[in-house]
Parts: sequence; C-alpha cells; structure tokens
Amino acid sequence: MNNQIKSKVNFKKSIGTAGNSGGKIRSDCQVTIEPSDSGGIVIDLKSKVKELFGIDIHSQINEILGFYAIPNARITINDSGALPWVIAARMEAAVHEVIETEKTWLLPAHNNKTQQTAFDRRRFSRLYLPGNSPSLMINAFLHKPDGLILDLEDSVAPEKKMEARILVRNALRALDFGRTERMVRINQLPAGLDDLSWLIPHGVNLILLPKCETASQVLEVKERIDKIQNQYPDKCEVWIMPIIESAKGVVNVNSIASTSPSVVALAIGLEDFTADLGVRRTAEGAESLYARSALVIAARAAGIQAIDSVFSDVDDMDGLRTNVLRSRSMGFDGMGCIHPRQISVINENFAPDTEEIEKAKKIVIAFKEAQAKGLGVVALGSKMIDPPVVKRAQKTIDLAIELSIIDNNWYENISL
Amino acid sequence: MTKKYDKLVTNAAGRLVPTVINGQGAIPFMGVGQFKPIGHRYGPAISSCADYPDDGNKLVPTLRDALEMCGLKDGMTISTHHHFRDGDLIANQIFDIAHDLGVKNLVWAPSASFPCHEYLIKYLEDGTINRIEGSMNGPLGKFTSFGKMSGLAVLRSHGGRYQAIQDGELKIDITVIGATCCDPFGNANGLNGTSASGGLGFALADSQYAGKVVVVTDNLVDFPCVPWQIQGNYVDYTVLVDKVGIPEKIVSGTTQITKSPDRLLLAEMTARFCDVAGIIKDGFSFQAGAGGTALAVGDFFYKIMKERGIKARFARGGSNLYLVKMLEEGYLDFILDGQTFDLHGVRSMAVNPNHLMTTPFTSYNYHGKGNFAGLVDVAILGATEIDLDFNGNVVTHSDGYLLHGIGGWQNCLFSKTVIIPIPLFRDRIPVIVDKVTTLCGPGELIDVIVTERGICINPLRTDLIEKVQGSDLPLVSIKELKEEAEKICGIPQKPEFLNEVVAAIKWVDGTVIDAVWKLSE
Repeated sequence: MNNQIKSKVNFKKSIGTAGNSGGKIRSDCQVTIEPSDSGGIVIDLKSKVKELFGIDIHSQINEILGFYAIPNARITINDSGALPWVIAARMEAAVHEVIETEKTWLLPAHNNKTQQTAFDRRRFSRLYLPGNSPSLMINAFLHKPDGLILDLEDSVAPEKKMEARILVRNALRALDFGRTERMVRINQLPAGLDDLSWLIPHGVNLILLPKCETASQVLEVKERIDKIQNQYPDKCEVWIMPIIESAKGVVNVNSIASTSPSVVALAIGLEDFTADLGVRRTAEGAESLYARSALVIAARAAGIQAIDSVFSDVDDMDGLRTNVLRSRSMGFDGMGCIHPRQISVINENFAPDTEEIEKAKKIVIAFKEAQAKGLGVVALGSKMIDPPVVKRAQKTIDLAIELSIIDNNWYENISL
Repeated sequence: MTKKYDKLVTNAAGRLVPTVINGQGAIPFMGVGQFKPIGHRYGPAISSCADYPDDGNKLVPTLRDALEMCGLKDGMTISTHHHFRDGDLIANQIFDIAHDLGVKNLVWAPSASFPCHEYLIKYLEDGTINRIEGSMNGPLGKFTSFGKMSGLAVLRSHGGRYQAIQDGELKIDITVIGATCCDPFGNANGLNGTSASGGLGFALADSQYAGKVVVVTDNLVDFPCVPWQIQGNYVDYTVLVDKVGIPEKIVSGTTQITKSPDRLLLAEMTARFCDVAGIIKDGFSFQAGAGGTALAVGDFFYKIMKERGIKARFARGGSNLYLVKMLEEGYLDFILDGQTFDLHGVRSMAVNPNHLMTTPFTSYNYHGKGNFAGLVDVAILGATEIDLDFNGNVVTHSDGYLLHGIGGWQNCLFSKTVIIPIPLFRDRIPVIVDKVTTLCGPGELIDVIVTERGICINPLRTDLIEKVQGSDLPLVSIKELKEEAEKICGIPQKPEFLNEVVAAIKWVDGTVIDAVWKLSE
C-alpha cells in the first residue's frame, strides 16, 4: 500500500522560504518548503481564510509541486488572505530556493491585455509600489494614476530580490491595471539586467532605469530587452525611462536623453542626487535647480518628457500642490508619487487651468477664423500669433478634452 | 433545565428559526411591517415615594451593597450600556460581585458588548451567566459560535432592544447605569465630569422599565444634576466609585474617519453617487453611523455642501469632530446624536443647544407612534456580506463566526435611501455572495451597494436608476460584482455548520429573522 515515491532531485538548500507574514501584513503569505526523500507532500496551513479556501490552497500547492517534480516535501504556509497569484509567487520563490530550475510557473495572463501605453502618453502621476508588498498592489489602479511603478530597487531588501521579481511578474500578469501604464523600476545595473527576463514577456510597458549615469547603460538595457523580445512572437513596445540621480548623470543628461527611440522620458531622483552632492534637500530646491533645469532642457531637446522627483511628506497636500505648480512652471510633465492620496493633487495641478484653457481657446478660434478667411497671418487683438503658439494652444485644448475639463465639441458649441 | 431552543420553523424569509427561545415563545419573521402585536406595554411594579429617603439621598456605599439591596438572585436579568464602548468598567464588576455572592444563571442584557468584556467568558463558563441578550463581539461571539453558552444567545438592534423592553419580551430586573455626573437623588448625565462620555440615550428604556435602577458615578454633585438625561425619579440607588469608565477608549477604528486610501475612495464614490442622484440638496438629512468609511462619507458631504453653499437640516448618528465642525460652521442645523464618538462630540453636546441627545425610543422604536429613522434622506451603513437579493449580514462572517452586534443597523434600513459602501473583497474574502450566511436585513430595504469596482442599485429603486442614468458613475449589476469578486478571489467553500442553533437574530419588531448555527472548534 505504500505508494511513496523516492525523490531523485538534488536540493541546493534544505529549506526555502518566501513571502511575508505576521504583524500588520495582509493579503500575503509566507511559504516554507523543506524537501525530503520520502513521506509525500505534507502541508501545514495556517490561514485566516482556511474555512473558505483551504481546499483551494491545498490543490494549488500540490499542482505547483507537481510542476516542479517535487514529490516529497513539508510545506508550511502562514496565510493572511493572499490571492492565488500571490500564493503562486511565494510557492515558486520558495521552490527556487531549494532547487536549481529554469522552469517558471505561470498563471494565465489577465484577459484585459489592452495596451495603455504610447510614446507620448500623458504621464502626470506615477505611483511607486514596493515590489514585495502585494496588498498595496491590488487596488492601486483604482486611484487612477497615469502609471504604476512596481519597484524592485530601493523598496525591496537585498535578500528579497528574487521573490520580488517573481511577485512582480505575477502581478503584471494577474492584476487589473485599468488605464494605467505598467512600469517597473529595475535594480541598478548590472543586477537590473537580470530583472528584465522576469518582466519583458509579461506585459510591462516601461522600464525605469535607476541611477543612470551614461548613455551606454541605456543601450545595455535596450539590447537586453531586444534580445528577450526576439524569443517571443507577440512582443509589445517597452519604453525606457532613465532616472538621473547623480552629478555624473546630470553631466551626461543630453546624451542619455537621445540614446534610443525607446527612451520616452527622463526622471530625476532628488534624494540620491542631493546625497551625491553632499547637500541637504530643501523645500525650495535651490541645490537642485541646475540639475532639474538641465534635465528639462535635455528632455525637450530630445523631444521626450521630463518627470520630477517625488514629494515625500504624504500628509502635506498644500506643500505638494506648491511643489507641483513649481515643477510645472519649470517645464516638467509629471511627477512621481508615493501615496495614492497624492495622485489627484498631482493630476489636477499638472492639468491646464481655466485661464490657460480660455487663452488657448481664443488662439484656436482666431486661428480657425483666419483660416476660414484665407488669411495667412493669425492675429489676436493687436498681437500677431506665431504657428508654434497655435500648436501649443491646440495641445492644451486636446489635453483639456482628454481630461474631461472641456467638451469635445466645445468649438461647435460656441454660439456664433 | 430549560431547553436552549425548540420547534424550528421556516420563516417568511425562508430561514429556519426556533419558535421557542430559552423557554419563551418567539414569533418567526413575517415580512417587513407585517407583525403588529396587540395588548398593553409591559410595566414594572408600582413604586411609592414613601419607600425612599425624604431627603432624596439614595447613596449606598458600594456597588455590591446596591446589588444586594436590589435583591440580586439566581436567574435575574441584569443590564448595562455601552456609552464608554471598550472603556466600560461596570459590567465586569457586576459579575465579579455576583460570582462572589454565589449567584447563578444570570442573563446579561447589555446595549452592546466590546472586547473588554472577554473577561466575562469565565462567568459564562462557570454558570454565573446563563446567556447574553444584546450583542456578542469578537471573543464573546466566537464563544457563542462554538455553542458554549448555556442559554441561547439573542441579538437585537438598538431599536429592537427598546421594543423588547416595552413589550415585556426582555424583562430587566436590575439595571446599572454608569454616569459621569449624578446627584444623590439619581439625576444623571454623561456630559460633565472628567470621564464625560456624552449622551446616556441607551439607558433610557432600562431606567423606565427595569425592576431596580442603580446609577454609578465617579462625579457626585449636589442636587440638581442637570441636564438630567436620566431622571432620578426612576432611580433606586446611587453609588460613588473611583472611576466609572475610560472615555479615551470610546475612540476606535469604528468611530474615527478612515485613513485608508481604498476606503476613502469608497466614501468619495458614495458621496458622488448621492450628489448625482440628487440626494445632496439644501435641507437634506443623513445618517453617519459607526465605521470609518461611513464617517468619511459625512466629510465628503461637507466638502460638497461647502462648494455649493448649501446646508443639511440634520445629521443622525454618532457625533465626532467632523459632524461638530459642520454644525459649528453652519453647514448643519442640528445633530440628533444617538451616541458620542469622540470628545469633540461630548463637548459640543454639553454646550450647543442644537446638538441633541436622542434615544432608541425617538430614533428607532417599533412600538413608538413613528420614529426618526424614516425621516432620514440617506443612511450610510456597513455589512459583512450582501447577497444577490441585496440581503445584508452584519453579525457573522462568511466563515460562519458570530463576531459583531446589530447596533442600529436594522433600524437605519428604514431611511429613504440606504447605501452600503463596502470593498468587493476583504483580503481574499468576497463580500458579495450568493446567499448571506446570516440574514439581518431584507434586501427590499437595501438600495445601493458601492464597491471600489462598481456601484449597483437595487432594481426595486427604479427612481434612483433613472436619476443616475447617463452619468459617468460605474454602474454594474450585483451579479457582475459577485462574478468579479470570484474572478479575483476564487469561489469560496461554504462553512460547515453543525446541526445546532447558538443564537437568534431578532428583527426590529421582535420576530426572529434568522438563527446562527454552531461551528466545531
């Protein structure tokens, strides 16, 4: 009657652990795997949803162990209500700790694979999410940022890098991102290059490259992306956003901006930049004025977007508003954020205000009237208007329509 | 020994319920507004002032003396109140005394229980307390779910408690009222003193109908104690103690505005729905009940009113900083306060004549000639589960455990529009289900469910559907919501109940709407 299978797998470690549990951790689980030579699969499940999903969790664990051909192991799981894609990521990460394998356990990708990306799409707000904290990822898109950044770099402890990669990959596949752009901040090179194979085939739209100092780093990332993409038939565009966070990065900012057509924006990281300069970061930002100006100008010259650093006091909404308005007046196109509450403040204040829209309307109306009359020169009152001014006004109008600030038919609806 | 329950029948809501509870007959739920008992109200024994001290001094040295003089004995029903919420210091002392005196088989009838009352489990185990009639929270709820209570637990709403006291279904032998200000005659309030907790509305019925009434205070003042929220003419004994309660513990997760961005989003969506549906208009009224999300909705109402330059006629519910701010800035004419949720509420009630204490009699009572609940334009409430027929559950979780009381929830369902903002799933647990684990409120009274992934309107409310049609609100059907939740979480198993009832859920009219079933440990 003994149908136990003797294991032939070679284990690199006797015990593997992944995930988080305890304290205030929610929607996550900690999985420990102890493979053995005999005894079959023994699962010790502690879960706050055991009465509702105990059977489900057991079968998911068994399926994954079967996939990795591990017939004998003790699995301890401490679950605070993790969703299936989180359990799968934690299981896979724990398995990777104990065996050497190239195999990856993929859940079916979310059916809502619509692309929410384009070279020059709006990027007012991008919300950073720690790459190893599933609870913060699940509802993040509901707060309507323009982009969500799953962060593998600073928010993930060095010993958690591998499990975060797997979790982020599963998040890219399983989560609903709504209309937000899917972004991942990889680790500093060279480690960041190895992150890419976990991301590129799984629906990421944009890679943030931290601590970027030279154009060749951007090229390295671009080459690796191309190499991975060549293996997959239905590849989608993956953009790159270098983050300038050092004096050397600022010195090279022009070449970085124009390295590759995949670079859609430059971002600045002021915490690291001021540390590199050896100065304190102030609210007024005099210490980073040159760097921010240089970045904006480099971005404009290359025809790409400039993105400002995050504002770190999440309780100070007035301070954030002031900061956004200052950024915008310098020429930035967007800003990072670290709390969902910051999103609406950033979006509202990067959007054109009533005065700008009214002025833009007048210019566009004058332009259309001049066109109708066959006039080559556009004038508003006694002022002549140059073509670039008309173009900018039209851009403001387009943005106002996109943000539902004005109606699509605003021009037709003007009572003449 | 009396059987816990007997004679199960299927009630009008299709739920199997007992018709005998702790030896007393019980009527199965007949439908909303169907049950109208005849007869007269219950009355306690006639008292004569000749039996009370001429000088009005009813002080006795200790709570133990008071309870002994009240004739505390086996089988009595003792009531307490939750004006201090988790900071209550009275209930546990009463049963310490009863235990010392060797009294058994008491019924505890609190207006609500809190985690601090976990202490009483030992007295439920040793037979000092036979059962709880009122509410069972957290550990007491779990204890009940495992069938460990000797008698059958009975859960009532705040209004249902008043109804049960008035029609004699719940006969209170001794009530002990904790007051932060009291004179020797027994006039008392919760407004003055270092422990001030606000209104004493939940104790009104007990003061009028209990066999014996004791007021315990840590702030004894000379006659007269005003305002007399509790009238000394109902009071038998007064007792002075060191500390009557911990007002700081009134404040908790359910009495403060949430800081969670996800919950704030729900609150914002709810306020926007009300705005689009035309509910927020000059002179409207709303109920902001307990629960961080519901309270946050009130704050979003405030922002909309401010923008529009309109004001609300009255707000019902637990008062806190935010309601008080609206009242003081002129965006609200009156607060009709059932319970005080923070010290700003306590201060305001003490000084502002437009901040009024209400009681379950005025707000919720089924045997009144009308009550305030139906006059409220919109009530924002919570739930643990909502099902495809819009039925709501507030007492058990999907895993079957009894964990919460009903509070004023059932009573508020009679508001003109009832909105329930809830997350579509909590961790991995879907909130929209096929069939609620325990039925607390019939779906015909629940109008709108707001989740972060869509809003659905009860098809019965064609008027609301018409009003929001063509708006940009994310409207979905309840079935779509349930499917979305199951797509994300998976389809949950059903909990395995044992074939034994552990608690009865009363409807606002005293009929039994559902039963809670036993779980194995």
